[in-house]
Amino acid sequence: MSLIIRVGMAEYKAARSPATLVTLGLGSCVGVVLYDRVKKIGGLAHVMLPDSRLSSQKDFNPGKFADTAIDALLQDMLKLGANRKSDIISKIAGGAQMFKMKAESSIMQIGKRNVEAVKAKLNELDIKIVAEDVEGNYGRTIEFFCETGELTIKTIGHGVRIL
Amino acid sequence: MYSDLELDALKEIGNIGAGNAATALSMMLSKKITIKVPQVKIISFNDVSELLGGPEKLVVGIFLRISGDIDGNILIVISEEDAYALAKTLLNNNRDINRDFSEMEESALAELGNIIGSSYVTALSELTKLYLKISVPSIAFDMAGAIVSFPLSLYGYLGDTAFLIETEFVEGLAGIKLHYLMIPDDKSLKQLLKAIGVSTFESDNSRRNGGI
Repeated sequence: MSLIIRVGMAEYKAARSPATLVTLGLGSCVGVVLYDRVKKIGGLAHVMLPDSRLSSQKDFNPGKFADTAIDALLQDMLKLGANRKSDIISKIAGGAQMFKMKAESSIMQIGKRNVEAVKAKLNELDIKIVAEDVEGNYGRTIEFFCETGELTIKTIGHGVRIL
Repeated sequence: MYSDLELDALKEIGNIGAGNAATALSMMLSKKITIKVPQVKIISFNDVSELLGGPEKLVVGIFLRISGDIDGNILIVISEEDAYALAKTLLNNNRDINRDFSEMEESALAELGNIIGSSYVTALSELTKLYLKISVPSIAFDMAGAIVSFPLSLYGYLGDTAFLIETEFVEGLAGIKLHYLMIPDDKSLKQLLKAIGVSTFESDNSRRNGGI
């Protein structure tokens, strides 16, 4: 019996094996998994928006933005004993565009911009993305198993994938 | 954040919009439509999908963007079963319940969203004398969490909670329910209140629109 931890919108959580981290119904948001393969410590962030510099509040929840959520998640994992030097890897999923519009303004492409921001931040931290399932026009439910390092992606009408 | 007077005024705006939309919907379906008293909800992002039956609940979402003097989003959410029933009523056919939505059914549902959204916004515009236009509808059939994520994200720059004016349209006999959410951009709320003459306190934190 393993522990299942739900990660809601704009939240981030870190856990040790054998926990499973779950996010239900990802749309334009991006699920970012960080994983220390040696210590089997995993983390999942549910990122809503690309850039914290655009926040109108000074005192915001770091889980909302790609840049701040990944930093915060990494800190939590280090606290649990993850080793920054031992290769922490990443898997990402989500960033769909749920609604199509004739006028493709940048606000409609929030999913794509989230994916780009997540990739830029991971690159900056020198964390390798080993697998991804991003964009498209459909929602995803994702489950990350800290024991095996597998990320399961379930969709409606677009199959199940294991990364 | 908002005073009772302001919330009541927003509720009343929602009521007038919904009343107009219900009339239009009733004419389109030739059925009696009842509306629930609109509510102003300030809730966490996660509670929004709970409101719609949970993040994994299969729903049809119809999205329309309001722009002009104020900006905002309209999202109409219908459960899978109710959407099938509605498609059947709209096209007057005997559909097989296990079949996916046809293109014809999708466009009929989108048109329904268009009529509800437009009549809501027209009422809003007449009441406030604001210039408002509405985008063409866009439809998606997926998990509720994924459907609401987009309009909520647009609001996410401004706060950690969702602000929505919510109402429910219920079709008389079959009890088909349509969840109607209006999610205005934060700046627009103040403008909306100003337009109907509800004075608001000028807040000292200078809000930026977050580039959206």
